[in-house]
Amino acid sequence: MTAPRTLYDKIWDDHVAHQADDGTCLLYIDRHLVHEVTSPQAFEGLRMTGRSVRAPDKTIAVPDHNVPTTAGRDLHIDNEESRIQVDALDKNAKDFGIHYYPVSDVRQGIVHIVGPEQGWTLPGMTVVCGDSHTATHGAFGALAHGIGTSEVEHVLATQTLIQKKSKNMKVEITGSLRPGVTAKDITLSVIGATGTAGGTGYVIEYCGQAIRELSMEGRMTVCNMAIEGGARAGLIAPDEKTYAYCNGRPHAPKEAEWDKAVAYWKTLYTDDNAHWDLVLTLKGEDIAPVVTWGTSPEDVLPITGEVPAPESFSGGKVEAVQRALDYMGLTAGQKLTDIKIDTVFIGSCTNGRIEDLRAAAAILKGKKVKQGIRAMVVPGSGLVRAQAEAEGLAQIFLDAGFEWRLAGCSMCLAMNPDQLAPGERCAATSNRNFEGRQGRGGRTHLLSPAMAAAAAITGHLTDVREMM
Amino acid sequence: MEKFSKVTGIAAPMPLINIDTDMIIPKQFLKTIARTGLGKNLFDEMRYTQDGAEIPDFVLNKPAYRAAQIIIAGDNFGCGSSREHAPWALLDFGISCVISTSFADIFYNNCFKNGILPIVLPKEQVDALMKDAQRGANARISVDLEGQTVTSSDGQSYAFEVDAFRKHCMMNGLDDIGLTLEKAPSIDSFEKAAVDLRPWV
Ligand code: SF4
Repeated sequence: MTAPRTLYDKIWDDHVAHQADDGTCLLYIDRHLVHEVTSPQAFEGLRMTGRSVRAPDKTIAVPDHNVPTTAGRDLHIDNEESRIQVDALDKNAKDFGIHYYPVSDVRQGIVHIVGPEQGWTLPGMTVVCGDSHTATHGAFGALAHGIGTSEVEHVLATQTLIQKKSKNMKVEITGSLRPGVTAKDITLSVIGATGTAGGTGYVIEYCGQAIRELSMEGRMTVCNMAIEGGARAGLIAPDEKTYAYCNGRPHAPKEAEWDKAVAYWKTLYTDDNAHWDLVLTLKGEDIAPVVTWGTSPEDVLPITGEVPAPESFSGGKVEAVQRALDYMGLTAGQKLTDIKIDTVFIGSCTNGRIEDLRAAAAILKGKKVKQGIRAMVVPGSGLVRAQAEAEGLAQIFLDAGFEWRLAGCSMCLAMNPDQLAPGERCAATSNRNFEGRQGRGGRTHLLSPAMAAAAAITGHLTDVREMM
Repeated sequence: MEKFSKVTGIAAPMPLINIDTDMIIPKQFLKTIARTGLGKNLFDEMRYTQDGAEIPDFVLNKPAYRAAQIIIAGDNFGCGSSREHAPWALLDFGISCVISTSFADIFYNNCFKNGILPIVLPKEQVDALMKDAQRGANARISVDLEGQTVTSSDGQSYAFEVDAFRKHCMMNGLDDIGLTLEKAPSIDSFEKAAVDLRPWV
């Protein structure tokens, strides 16, 4: 009898193509997602060495990071450097024969939204991308993580990655969430509990009733931010919801192959008595709607809280918090709900899916964005956008005074024209509040789509539960 | 990749914790399709004002540290985005070694692929090296990959751990892809077996 294994152990074992004596493995990669920013140097490397892409049918490319989100972008991109990167991806996709969704294609969108949507991401797979939020795909019970450009080149050439196994960490969320609390609040609360380095060296499996009760969209939000906790990847065991989401997607298996796949997927769970190197348990009922106040995703507090004092921390964090408060223009003791905002950004691979837009629209319906506030929605993909239009959500956003954009990363990292000005304060559904992340000098508060909508209406950070 | 064996040079102290890759190289410089030329924008938003003037207080702008080859950093260096532009920018500036109590995972990997040595040491030792580095150009710190030691300017020596395979690759400037392609038969047979087990992949 084999020893009990975790879900991570099982996926790992099924993908080891070679193991060296020191435990270093060549891990076989089932899906390689590619975007325009981290891939040009990798393709250049292949050309320089005369190498080809080993498995073009497992390689999928889409431009997302620096594409404008305004009309006409399929005809011309003004920023020359962005245009060069998008053109380079066009050319590389063609030259190397890989799957490609150009900006003119309705299926284009953020790579981590397109992968699941098209059925490229399936349970039990290994998925990599030159982007740290590849962790998103872990929601399907796929081992998914971000890689650097040298590794992108390595996967292109060999369809494998040189890896050593990580440790196993279990994050259990027991019970149910209270009304107004979402997947985003779970994932931010976990980071608040572990710190941004707490997951370093681990693959996290999220489990427990509150996770089971999440939709696939919510599970993707949770796994998406595993990387903000420092983990290599986040995983959620597949179940009936997962199969239902995958069934019928363009690249999901069909008929007899589907049955065979489901039978295999049903073996993908952590065995009783499997070994965990670290366990964290949070009670679902204890999780509140949260926001970040600082410049690290671990700087998170319930919306009912106050800006903390640097002295209440220890070690290097004291200076870091002082620096963060200076940067954010906040003072200790200030109520979080008193923080006035200038801008609202709803989108990104964390919260740019249809359910996120529904949650925001439910709060906004029949209401107006507070005067003077710039508010934008950037759907995560062209298909999310089309669905939101069909459901009437787009009209709710427009009526409320939001801009309704085309799909892309947009103000999540502000490589395209969507940026904050110095000092501008933004309530954002994205995943990073680092200094300058959304534009030089810009100030970011991370929160859920419903909380972002509430802030848009009042003009300050707001407890969404008071609006429900 | 350049071979790496030893470096002796000036170390810049950066005690701030959680220095992320957005700080190391802000996104407006990710639009390049080359690997070189990023050194001038290393730590851009900490190093220059909005109109491009140098901020004199920033460590790498101080005369003593302009030629730094080593960085001594606070905890969790390199967190955030997976951008390999971060090690490219460090390397292009002339940094070939970073010493901290901890590194973010992807950044740590990316360093080895580019001939930068990330060294993890216990907190007291990093603190001691930080103090040493604060003495400026008088403090020359030596890093010896072969012997796996860091030696401060006053001769205090600290041993560090490094994965044997990574050390071998770095010391010999070996290309990972070439090494992996030598194992192509294993990949071929894995693929064959996987087609039967998981044909939908
Ligand atoms: S939406 Fe943001 S986090 Fe997600 S892939 Fe794009 S830039 Fe990265």
